[in-house]
Amino acid sequence: MDKITFTLNGKPVTLTTDGNRMLQWVLRTDLGLTGTKYGCGVGLCGACTVLVDRKMTRACVTPVKNVAGKNVLTIEGLAADGKLHPLQEAFARHDAFQCGFCTPGMIMSAAALLMENPKATREDIIAHMDGNLCRCGAHTRILDAIEDAAKTWKGETRP
Amino acid sequence: MRVPDYENPDLHDPTAPDTFDRREFLQRLGGGIIIIVTLSDPAAWAARAGGGGGRSYPEDFNAYLRIGEDGRVACFTGKIEMGQGPITSLAQMLADELDVTMDVVDMVMGDTDRCPWDMGTFGSMTTRFFGPPLRAAGAEARRVLMELASESLKVPVENLATRNGVVYEKGREKNQVSYGQLAKGKTIERRLKVKPETKSVAEFQIIGKSYTRTDALEKVTGRAKFAGDLREEGMLYARLLRPPAHGAKLKSADTSDAEKIEGVKVVRDGDMIAVLHPLPDMAQKALEAIKAEFDVPAPRVNDKTIFDHLVKNAGQGKPVRQGGNLAEGEKLAKTLVEATYLNSYVAHAPMEPHTALARMDGDKITVWASTQTPFPLKSQIASALKMPEGNVRVLTPFVGGGFGGKSANQQAIEAARLAKLTGRPVQVAWSRQEEFFYDTFRPAAVVKIKSGLEPSGKIVLWDYNVYFAGSRGADQFYAIPHHRTLATGEWRGEGGPHPFATGAWRAPGNNTNTFARECHMDIMAAKAGMDPIEFRLKNLEDPKIIRVLKAAAEKFGWKPAKSPSGRGFGVAVGMDSGTWVAHIAEVEVNRETGAVRVKRVVCAQDMGLVINPQGAIIQMEGCIMMGLGYALTEEIHFEGGRVLDTDFGTYVIPRFSWLPKIETMLVGANEPPAQGGGEPAIICMGAVIANAIYDAVGARLFQLPMTPERVKAALAAQPVG
Repeated sequence: MDKITFTLNGKPVTLTTDGNRMLQWVLRTDLGLTGTKYGCGVGLCGACTVLVDRKMTRACVTPVKNVAGKNVLTIEGLAADGKLHPLQEAFARHDAFQCGFCTPGMIMSAAALLMENPKATREDIIAHMDGNLCRCGAHTRILDAIEDAAKTWKGETRP
Repeated sequence: MRVPDYENPDLHDPTAPDTFDRREFLQRLGGGIIIIVTLSDPAAWAARAGGGGGRSYPEDFNAYLRIGEDGRVACFTGKIEMGQGPITSLAQMLADELDVTMDVVDMVMGDTDRCPWDMGTFGSMTTRFFGPPLRAAGAEARRVLMELASESLKVPVENLATRNGVVYEKGREKNQVSYGQLAKGKTIERRLKVKPETKSVAEFQIIGKSYTRTDALEKVTGRAKFAGDLREEGMLYARLLRPPAHGAKLKSADTSDAEKIEGVKVVRDGDMIAVLHPLPDMAQKALEAIKAEFDVPAPRVNDKTIFDHLVKNAGQGKPVRQGGNLAEGEKLAKTLVEATYLNSYVAHAPMEPHTALARMDGDKITVWASTQTPFPLKSQIASALKMPEGNVRVLTPFVGGGFGGKSANQQAIEAARLAKLTGRPVQVAWSRQEEFFYDTFRPAAVVKIKSGLEPSGKIVLWDYNVYFAGSRGADQFYAIPHHRTLATGEWRGEGGPHPFATGAWRAPGNNTNTFARECHMDIMAAKAGMDPIEFRLKNLEDPKIIRVLKAAAEKFGWKPAKSPSGRGFGVAVGMDSGTWVAHIAEVEVNRETGAVRVKRVVCAQDMGLVINPQGAIIQMEGCIMMGLGYALTEEIHFEGGRVLDTDFGTYVIPRFSWLPKIETMLVGANEPPAQGGGEPAIICMGAVIANAIYDAVGARLFQLPMTPERVKAALAAQPVG
């Protein structure tokens, strides 16, 4: 058992658990944050994407000990001060999902891109998002939503 | 819109006293047109909702809707939301007929205790077949509310009108009463002599207008609950021991190491060995600690030999349609064209793997499942657990994609069995590997066509045999005097010549049949020396298909040319679920690598009356994007019963970088009745790309998917010139 402390959606968390457990299960089970989805368990679909120190991270292949001392942001922490994040607003406005299962991962991946490169072009967005899979075929609207959000958002976010 | 509260699903506390009993209601209204059935009578409720064993849509409008005292309208449907959008479009239908705003409608979907019976969400049938009774229920409820208001307001019905959930007196709008005040959340037993008509197209306020999805807020915030997101007190996660191949038999299993892991519970029941733990990853660890040996039968067939194997085991064909005389047609034909078309097994691969949660309460069980068929699942569970159907309740949270693959319900039966065996709530969530292993794949299939042409380019002979894809989409619609279409071989279920289970995959059968038919049309067009669209128009008579084909050609900017023109343009048309579609695509083929890049797809669709145009267009876009996969990369690799694809590393589905420019149009959108929309636009994707590849490089592909290797082989076999 390991004692692991990190910042989760802006608040400190301390857990006593096996540090080799994947962040995905710790988030979904121990911490009750089910917005981070299981899609493949081997880092090939992007449904479990979270941000660790603002970097796009697949939670299904990230041992929880690796986030000790770091800032973890999940879909539940993206909206701040009771307001949706510009990406969330854009996804809703563009109907940028169908079943919605891949949506949290899509939004978190896009957030990582725009934090790093607020001026991302459509080509940048396609290249960055290519590892996030959507089976319903909402791709065209997801790209439109991310492009639209990039126009209104300058990349700032907590933490 | 509020999402149904799955954990605490009762709209009203059933133990609360009925403050508004029948006598009081009748007295107040002074008439005999309604009676009240108390909500606290579950038997009456179940019978009304069809939960008592009904197998058709109920007549009583109360089964479809309930108006609360606060004016909110609950809409009950056995359909489920898996991305295709009925949470929005069904609300539109009810809101329009009832004259309420969209934001007061709460959808209650796939709950077998509260929703009217439904066979399941598949076949693009929601709008076509559930829409009419739902709209009729809304229209009838509105009329009954007007009659109630007439007595309450002391104004003749003909002087009343409705708007935004209120009945008011025409010309004296302040004299009004709200639906909530009239209905009070109760069942309304109506006595209408004549059922009112539903609205005409000219009267629509909400139907026919685009609405963004009403589940957006839940889905963009991560709050939307899928089956795997539900938690119950004391819940255990189960992992089950799986064989390495279909047909394998368990020889021995040593679970002693698994049992040593703290908190693990091991369950053995007949053929099932499961390990359970309060943490899902610890359950997985326990599963990996089981030492098991299986007898695996020697493989008899693989992904290369499957086609011969299928044809050999096909049995007798069943006629789909025939007319004229094949021998006569052959005599008339100047040119005969014979070809065989193949497609591989394809996975559904929804992003959400099969998941279910089951909880026993005494002799009753509640199951939350990612399923397209909650009512059939209820029967399956009753049968598996040997309990009366009345003791089983199935609830359906949001489903993370289905495409026909979430109808077998194996995971939910596993969860139910384990909940009964352990007495604890149990969640079964399949891994991606299990998802690929237990999928009910789209069957591998073979189509053999022999056709004949007159010198004028008129088709005079059509002899069509489809093996194992099924008959949907096999019935050709060209005006051909001498024709026969036979469908042979089972395409769904287990056993038979397939090495694993097969089943419905988005527009089942039609992807295969349309691929074969529309490729064959292009081959004949080339033989006749005609432009592919001109050739089709010469052989088509149905005005609807001609209309969509011309619309697509105009949108694309089609200029007639004989194929191969080198432009990389392809065309295909088809019909599914009552809806006509025409696709035109532009591709680029890399002769060195064999890689195909689809640059542009235009799709015109005639689906009759459209409820939510944006929702319909989104389904078309999804069909086109998903269809790129079965056209270009998707096929299950296997050796006997061993499925070699276990993840998205080898089973490649479409990605952002594949996205073509997609242009869609709805044709005849104001023309009732409404037809299907979830599947039609996927059926042409194989043929339209195959035909565009031929147009680009003169190489004809006869097998799906059209992988770079197959494109290179076709280029080698059919060099240009």
